[in-house]
Amino acid sequence: MEAYVSLFVKAVFVENLALAFFLGMCTFLAVSKKISTAMGLGIAVIVVQVITVPANNVIYKYLLEEDALSWMGITGVDLSFLALLSCIGVIAALVQILEMILDKFFPALYHALGVFLPLITVNCAILGGSLFMIERDYDFTESVVYGIGSGFGWALAITAIAGIREKLKYSDIPKGLEGLGITFITAGLMSLGFMAFSGIQL
Amino acid sequence: MSAVLNDETKEVLTSPLIDNNPITLQVLGICSALAVTSQMSTSLIMAVALTAVTACSSAAISSIRNHIPGSIRIIVQMTIIASLVIVVDQVLKAFVYDISKQLSVFVGLIITNCIVMGRAEAYAMKNPPFESFMDGIGNGLGYSLILVIVAFFRELLGSGKLLGIEILPLVKDGGWYEPNGLMLLPPSAFFIIGFIIWAFREWKPVQVEQSDFRIMAIAHGEGGHH
Repeated sequence: MEAYVSLFVKAVFVENLALAFFLGMCTFLAVSKKISTAMGLGIAVIVVQVITVPANNVIYKYLLEEDALSWMGITGVDLSFLALLSCIGVIAALVQILEMILDKFFPALYHALGVFLPLITVNCAILGGSLFMIERDYDFTESVVYGIGSGFGWALAITAIAGIREKLKYSDIPKGLEGLGITFITAGLMSLGFMAFSGIQL
Repeated sequence: MSAVLNDETKEVLTSPLIDNNPITLQVLGICSALAVTSQMSTSLIMAVALTAVTACSSAAISSIRNHIPGSIRIIVQMTIIASLVIVVDQVLKAFVYDISKQLSVFVGLIITNCIVMGRAEAYAMKNPPFESFMDGIGNGLGYSLILVIVAFFRELLGSGKLLGIEILPLVKDGGWYEPNGLMLLPPSAFFIIGFIIWAFREWKPVQVEQSDFRIMAIAHGEGGHH
């Protein structure tokens, strides 16, 4: 149990996908103007991450890994080069399903997210999460914990920067730096802050 | 060539460089811009790989755009893009193995580079193949431009080299330049891109974002500021 707690904390803070690995930056910068939208997207990312990481884990362990097909009596087959294609296929399918569900049941959130919902598919944080899961060889329970943790960390980061940006409205920024420019610099400072976590061993 | 490239095509090809740059204006494709730019060589390879993938995937998606059902379009696009990325990955492993090692997961993450997907969704689904191909090349070049600028500063200031050749002699080798270690860490890419955006917008004021509100003057005590 303790191992899972420390994996969770590590995924949220030490290895924060947005601020330590710089994954999912496009949406991170573009949808962080308002805290409410940012939280909506953060929740969407947590949901997608919690479903996709374990799903990819099962597919990788039982179909693609070297000798993974031995339960069917086939040995000596290594399909791990297909991992990229299968991961992204699973993610794209799940995002499309999520899009339909949101459109049907939560139209307000659907319209708020706009073009960025289909772009969750190309959110590097989602694919990155699955690839890290494969690289670190997590088992099924660990992959569930890692999915929750990494999604939560990303949501935390985007909510935090949305809060900072709402406050930034009141500051006197040079004309050319307004909007995207100052956001980049803010994100840079935030990631410098998060680098402080990078030395922590749990 | 001028017969092939009419004005519209030229516009499609050149506008993403400055006027409609994918990174600084459309906010796409930033993850890899931060991660691979600590050296010139990796950024150049990455830029070429991304331009090739964007152009080919746009052309391929555009040529079958009338046959893709709307509800499964994302999966179709992703499959095309992912197949192209696997090809690029194998080519890189065959010809520039060292650099492919350094790029590691970021070649795979071209699949999730929003520029590729964004152009497929926003342009290739509505336009014929040749224009889409040109649009892909244009956006790839716009991305490459930013990548090369960022890598130039990071490698020069971070390790005193360009493309592995020493430009500023380092203190530890008896020179005078003390390398700035921060430049090799990813946060520096945020700062450099922020400053590039600032420079672009000072140069082309059209790109300055409209602010959502104005802070009202309260000097005369009659403004609607409560």
